[in-house]
Amino acid sequence: MPHAIVCRQLVKRYPGKPPVDAVRGLDLTVEVGECFGLLGPNGAGKTTTLEIMEGLLDATSGEVEVLGHRWDNGADAIREQIGISLQETRLADKLTVRETVTLFRSFYKTGLDPDVAIGRVSLEEKAGSYVVKLSGGQKQRLAVACALVGDPQLLFLDEPTTGLDPQSRRQLWEVIGGFRKTGRTVMLTTHYMDEAERLCDRVAIVDHGQIIALDSPAKLIAQLGGENIIDFALTDVAPPLSEGDLSRLPDVRSARAEGEKYSLAVTQPHVALPALLGFLQSRGLALAHLTTRHATLEDVFVSLTGRHLEEQTNGKP
Amino acid sequence: MASRSYWPIWQLTLSRLKEFIRRPEAVFWVYGFPILMMLSLGIAFRENPTEIIAVDLVAASSLPLPLGEGRGEGAPNSPSTAPLALLTIRDKLAADSRFKITTLPAEWQKRLQSGKTDLVVEVLPTGSEQPYRLWDEPHRAESRIARYAVELMLQRGEGAPLPEVSHLKQAGSRYIDFLLPGMIGMGLMGGGMWGVGFVIVDMRVRKLLKRFLATPMRRSDFLLAVGMSRLVFTLTDIVVLLLFGYFFFGVRCQGSFLDLSGAVVVGGIAFAGVGLLIASRAETIETVSGLMNLVMLPMWILSGVFFSSERFPEAVQPLINLLPLTALNQLLRGIMLEGRTLAALWQQMLILTVYSVLTFAIALRVFRWK
Repeated sequence: MPHAIVCRQLVKRYPGKPPVDAVRGLDLTVEVGECFGLLGPNGAGKTTTLEIMEGLLDATSGEVEVLGHRWDNGADAIREQIGISLQETRLADKLTVRETVTLFRSFYKTGLDPDVAIGRVSLEEKAGSYVVKLSGGQKQRLAVACALVGDPQLLFLDEPTTGLDPQSRRQLWEVIGGFRKTGRTVMLTTHYMDEAERLCDRVAIVDHGQIIALDSPAKLIAQLGGENIIDFALTDVAPPLSEGDLSRLPDVRSARAEGEKYSLAVTQPHVALPALLGFLQSRGLALAHLTTRHATLEDVFVSLTGRHLEEQTNGKP
Repeated sequence: MASRSYWPIWQLTLSRLKEFIRRPEAVFWVYGFPILMMLSLGIAFRENPTEIIAVDLVAASSLPLPLGEGRGEGAPNSPSTAPLALLTIRDKLAADSRFKITTLPAEWQKRLQSGKTDLVVEVLPTGSEQPYRLWDEPHRAESRIARYAVELMLQRGEGAPLPEVSHLKQAGSRYIDFLLPGMIGMGLMGGGMWGVGFVIVDMRVRKLLKRFLATPMRRSDFLLAVGMSRLVFTLTDIVVLLLFGYFFFGVRCQGSFLDLSGAVVVGGIAFAGVGLLIASRAETIETVSGLMNLVMLPMWILSGVFFSSERFPEAVQPLINLLPLTALNQLLRGIMLEGRTLAALWQQMLILTVYSVLTFAIALRVFRWK
């Protein structure tokens, strides 16, 4: 069985002065049946990579295979088997949900009955409503219904839940989960680490057009050395602590200082916490704030790049 | 429901039609507005059965004339205060009911300038070479007409016999008969610009074009559907205009409706091509709006929609005749007003065909799908 997606040394350079390298030599293989996530800040090159895979952009160099076909000679075969939800598509306001899905159904040789596709995204009650009357979450689910109606083997979702409220996000996650139960493949981009952790079998962390880490969310987190994080801050009169001193405390795998805030990656909080408190007391320092939590992909991204995922808003697509 | 038909051209066309008719404001601008325009222009420029020629009678300043009275409308001028020559002229003109005479008004030059009067007759002092002098405003047609009418009237009885005049009265020679084919031509141009050019760029801006491209949809299906929905809207538009013109103004088509349909189809295709061409690269609504204005504005003025394009100087006529709307309007007027056939109007057909072929060929070559 061929791979669902193979990218080899993918490069996309946008001409300009100076030229912008959105994707710089990206390699990845996605297996059939897996849910694969591209995680990274805005402008990391996630959407560009996805649109090259979708055949909407031409790569400057490198190779892409989708479901065993290449875009230069198998475009029609690929298009029949993939479903796509773009980041922002404004569907016709004055068509109903059913009319919109029916229109998309007409483009495929085989596919689902439009009402079945609408049922998959739980929009039955809105089937007769105009698109303009839908909420943001409903519009996004309609976009997914348009992607599903061709009964695809591979689903591409570009930031499917960006800007949605928590309930709409969970509804969409359920839709994606339902699709995966049929053993098909999902390729999605997101800049929400919780979404990637929850949905994806494997995640590629993308930064500046390159993959800087690729593994299952659990293994990526395990690479931090500790699965728990202790965040604390001192009262503002305290002198700064050194990362070196902190990382020598018992059970602490790594330590990061960010201004007055400190983060320790630990395996056993019940060992590390008393040690930390004793250390602070011996120096006569007072805590302003202390929490412990499980480590997330955000911590992985921070430990790899020194930056946070969502702070990055500048950059090119 | 496996047997259900999902013919993509049909679905794309149907979507366009539904999207359109579900927007009442769009329906008004496409169908209601041209009718309102035709109605107002048709009424404003209808034949005027009670023609009025406004004439001011004034006395030269050197004439002895008591001031303080005798200003304003003619009635207060008693014969004793107005010079005899003036009264003679007034009586002569009064014999024709078309003349609306104002005697000794204040500031007659301003009245002439602002169009309150069409002509001023200045009565000269006795002993002058001529008994009176005429003041007209040569840029106003009404003023020139008034001058000839007054000249004719005042010379009557001085030897020159009046020629006999008969009036040509038949449908086809009125302004509304001239206007309606122009409105059809304008509608076909606007349809191509809005219904093809604007619609495609709007879809591109909304990333709908991109979304469609990610499906197995055939590009030719998409373009054909835009064209078919255009055809439906345009034909409806034209039928509405023709019916309205017939029932409200009695406008008839002298030629055959087959020829008229042929002209409409050829014109519609030519302007769909122009619309597709301006939409082929534009990536913003601003760009396509600018291009649409660039195409439409000159032709609204030059191509003889509201007035004959033959009013422009002889030197630019060959250029004007090469504009697609000029060719289309000539075609439509030739058929509707003169009852000519498409074969007789082959030059205009050729111009429109060349536009169709060229615009489609270029547009499809440079079209920005991605």
